[in-house]
Amino acid sequence: MAKIHIPTPLRQYADKHATVEVNAGTVGEALTGLVSKHPGLRRHLYTDEGKLRAFVNVYLNDEDIRYLQKEGTALKDNDSISIVPSIAGGSQDRDELSNLRIVELSFPRRMRCCPACFR
Amino acid sequence: MATTTEVKPEPVTLNNDEILRYSRHLIMPEVGMEGQQKLKAARVLCIGAGGLGSPLALYLAAAGVGTLGLVDFDVVDYTNLQRQIIHTTADVGRKKLESAGEKLKAINPFLNLRTFETRLTSDNALELFRQFAIVADGTDNFATRYLVNDACVLTGKPNVYGSIFRFEGQASVFATKEGPCYRCLYPEPPPPGLVPSCAEGGVLGILPGLVGVMQATEVIKLILGKGEPLIGRLLLIDALGMKFRELKLRKNPDCPACGTHPTVTKLIDYNEFCGIRGEDKPVESNVSEMQVEELKRRLDAGEPLFVLDVREPHEYQICNIGGHLIPLGDLPKRVHELDSSREIVAHCRSGVRSAKAVAFLRQAGFRKVHNLAGGILAWADRVDPKMPKY
Repeated sequence: MAKIHIPTPLRQYADKHATVEVNAGTVGEALTGLVSKHPGLRRHLYTDEGKLRAFVNVYLNDEDIRYLQKEGTALKDNDSISIVPSIAGGSQDRDELSNLRIVELSFPRRMRCCPACFR
Repeated sequence: MATTTEVKPEPVTLNNDEILRYSRHLIMPEVGMEGQQKLKAARVLCIGAGGLGSPLALYLAAAGVGTLGLVDFDVVDYTNLQRQIIHTTADVGRKKLESAGEKLKAINPFLNLRTFETRLTSDNALELFRQFAIVADGTDNFATRYLVNDACVLTGKPNVYGSIFRFEGQASVFATKEGPCYRCLYPEPPPPGLVPSCAEGGVLGILPGLVGVMQATEVIKLILGKGEPLIGRLLLIDALGMKFRELKLRKNPDCPACGTHPTVTKLIDYNEFCGIRGEDKPVESNVSEMQVEELKRRLDAGEPLFVLDVREPHEYQICNIGGHLIPLGDLPKRVHELDSSREIVAHCRSGVRSAKAVAFLRQAGFRKVHNLAGGILAWADRVDPKMPKY
């Protein structure tokens, strides 16, 4: 079992959980497991091409997976994975939190019934 | 470019008043007379006199940092007071620099305070940073974060970094010679297509205190050359769980700013880089706006307008005008609750979220939909003065 730490801005897409436990052999499998449990997280972690987004850093314990074997990094029991998004807040004076870009308001897939829907 | 010669710190001495004032530093070997003189000779630039800047500047001034620069262009308002402890109720409406300066000089009259009432920009950052030895970043947006980082890398000044979000914080020391910079961690900002959620807004008032004091601690350690600075480490602070975690940061040889072949060789347009050009105003050009007076008049006349409130339930509890509540983030999956044949007026707090809602609804085929200009704040200002503002 590996424990994945969900950062505050993304908890709303993970049923408010701060951590999620998954059974997985590698970091990549763990993240796949995470987004299949919480599909709302997918677009925040992955690009449309299925690659991890550049501004989302993933750590295994205290090490950046980019300096390990990336998503292929093997997991041991009790390993902890952290998703570390960039946050810019410092004062919170600005209206509407323009410094936090996490939520995407997109047209839901199920409503795309025909090309005319995309006017 | 003209070479700016580093101002050599004059040999500093402490007078008897200063010796008494700093005695609790002087009697500890980690600071002592030598350390206190280093503090007095130090020149630290704080970007922002807000949430992080308040505790940061207060403690640096109290600790005896000789020269403190403050950059801010804002004015104190009531909503600042919950966390920006350098400002008081009586300061509302005053310039933050004036208000902060007064407190800092009151705490420590020996302080050489230098205030810069300006927005930090690509045009002034390098010149400004060159006058100081350490930069503490208390800003609140991606564009300025990248600007501060790049200017620190280009001028060779350490960037004492802190950022906060709700009850979570991050702190580190970037852009030292040996350590990574902010771009090693985040080469580029999130794309502008991913827009904010006000559902997740707000910040626990003590959090900037916690993180700002950590920044102050790191500044003082850098000046003293004592302890283990947060270089190459990112401290994650979770105030709700009161848990602290530490992640390793590495200097990225491919880093665009501080790598072996840097592509950032001068400051750029950071608003463009962060894709926020014009984002302050709704980018949707086809959003039809309605003024609060018109809404009031038409509702009073009994017109069948449908008022859609796209804020969050906890905001609705603070004040509302009886609209149908669908938080912006839920709108795509709850759009079937709306009748596209009716005339809809969407509103939020200030009009930004509802503009996005209107654009979304138009995309979804709604034709008679307007954005309430200025949101419920405008309603409180111009229609119902008894309504609380937040």
